[in-house]
Amino acid sequence: MSATDAYLPAGLPAPASEALDETYWSAATDHRLMIQCCQGCGRHQWGPEWICNKCRSFDLEWVEVEPRGVIYSWERIWHPVHPALVEACPYVVVLVELPHADGVRMVGNLLGDPTEEVQIGSEVEGVFEDHPECEPPYTLVQWRRLP
Amino acid sequence: MVDRELTIKGRTAIAGIGETVYYKRAQAPDPEFRMCLDAILAAAEDAGLAVDDIDGFASYSNDRNEPSHIASALGLPELRFSNMVWGGGGGGGSAAVANAAAAVAAGYANYVVVFRALAQGQFGRFGQAPPLRGISGPMAYTMPYGLVSPAQMFAMRVQRFMHEYGGGQAAQKAVSMASYHHAQANPRAVMHGRPLTEEAYDGARWIVEPFRLYDCCMENDGAAAIIVTSAERAADLRHPPAHIWAAEQGSDLGQGLPVHNAPDYATSNFKTLAKHLYDTAGVGPHDIDVIQSYENFTGGVVMSLVEHGFCEPEEVDKVLTFENLTAPNGSLPINTSGGNLAECYMHGLELIIEAVRQVRGTSTSQVADVELSLVTSGPMVTPVSNLLLSASR
Ligand SMILES: [Zn+2]
Repeated sequence: MSATDAYLPAGLPAPASEALDETYWSAATDHRLMIQCCQGCGRHQWGPEWICNKCRSFDLEWVEVEPRGVIYSWERIWHPVHPALVEACPYVVVLVELPHADGVRMVGNLLGDPTEEVQIGSEVEGVFEDHPECEPPYTLVQWRRLP
Repeated sequence: MVDRELTIKGRTAIAGIGETVYYKRAQAPDPEFRMCLDAILAAAEDAGLAVDDIDGFASYSNDRNEPSHIASALGLPELRFSNMVWGGGGGGGSAAVANAAAAVAAGYANYVVVFRALAQGQFGRFGQAPPLRGISGPMAYTMPYGLVSPAQMFAMRVQRFMHEYGGGQAAQKAVSMASYHHAQANPRAVMHGRPLTEEAYDGARWIVEPFRLYDCCMENDGAAAIIVTSAERAADLRHPPAHIWAAEQGSDLGQGLPVHNAPDYATSNFKTLAKHLYDTAGVGPHDIDVIQSYENFTGGVVMSLVEHGFCEPEEVDKVLTFENLTAPNGSLPINTSGGNLAECYMHGLELIIEAVRQVRGTSTSQVADVELSLVTSGPMVTPVSNLLLSASR
């Protein structure tokens, strides 16, 4: 899983970390996928939150998870709603489920030909997309089909 | 179980309805606040109510027009109730009526206006984020991937629904065609005189799969208002009251979890609300005569109808057909004014007004002998809400 050219053109809002999710964004720049795991009940949880929504423990720890999953849903976007996307359509956004992390879901782009058929249930792996030109630099987690 | 002592059923009614002319986006000749006042005065006139008697306001979707400003501008002797439902979009439409009814039933106010006003030329476009350089919080996990608009947010849910139950594209088309069909009989509708053919629907461009252009609501300017009062007071006003039998708001477990992590994902969010609504009213889906179902996107209507018990999820393409969904002969007539797709996107308050017209018998696509008239507001967001009106107390 190496860095790749950006899937979408520059100009979309860049992600900015806050106290709650600083760990996620700094781990991503090191090409590691980290999410929260409750120390009270052992359950993974996503997106970032202050409390476990199962056992209500505040003791949530950031743990590394393998960036692999299955496509839970998807969409192919044809109409640009942001000036930066005018030349980018069509592009594909996927919702990826991580079965080994209690089925948490993450949003990303599906790399490759955007007109290719997308199958719910297909296995995908994470690809770290670096944006070193930005200040501060950041890294997005994208997805590509496993062969 | 519903505590019968505390139920809202039959205690309040909608006694007045008012609207401005409906315009295409950014084409309203008047500012938003002016249109808001016009709609409220029209609702009082419709009810035969003295404006001075209005003493409360409820709205939703972060409406910009504050009750204190409205009450003072109108010179109202007293403001006794003002209330706003959290959440964007139209999920709070029926919830605002529920709050107005609760205020009347509790004696906080006697005549509560529910209103919504929108002028997108004066202010920014609804549902479009202002350009930002950086984004934090839950949106940081979606926007950088080009998942930005409401259509894109909800297409993901509808795609999953279609996967789980196999079907839905034909039902989406039928919903769109039915709304446009009803708009042709309604001179207030922005799409009046602009019928939608099957060829035009099928040939329209994709916005985001699985939504084509005509699966998406319009963007409009205008204002709408209704007046909620007690069943007793409503009986003394000009029109037959549309009695409020039930109104519910909220959502199921975890529907507000960030980054599309709701445990039950392929849902319009009405599973718990529909049950509460029917329990409160003491009726079931087979008792409903006509439905106004909020169309942000047609897939949300399909899911709303399923979750209110009108159809099994595996059968949507068979049951939700153009023939069934259209008045006067369909078994499941929906969106009889043209709704958000073809009358006006007044964030669903126009749907509530149409539900009242069906009870009064004054719709331009009237269903015969309407006893029960249902509204579902804002599928796939949280909170969503619903409302059941009846001709009888
Ligand atoms: Zn826990």
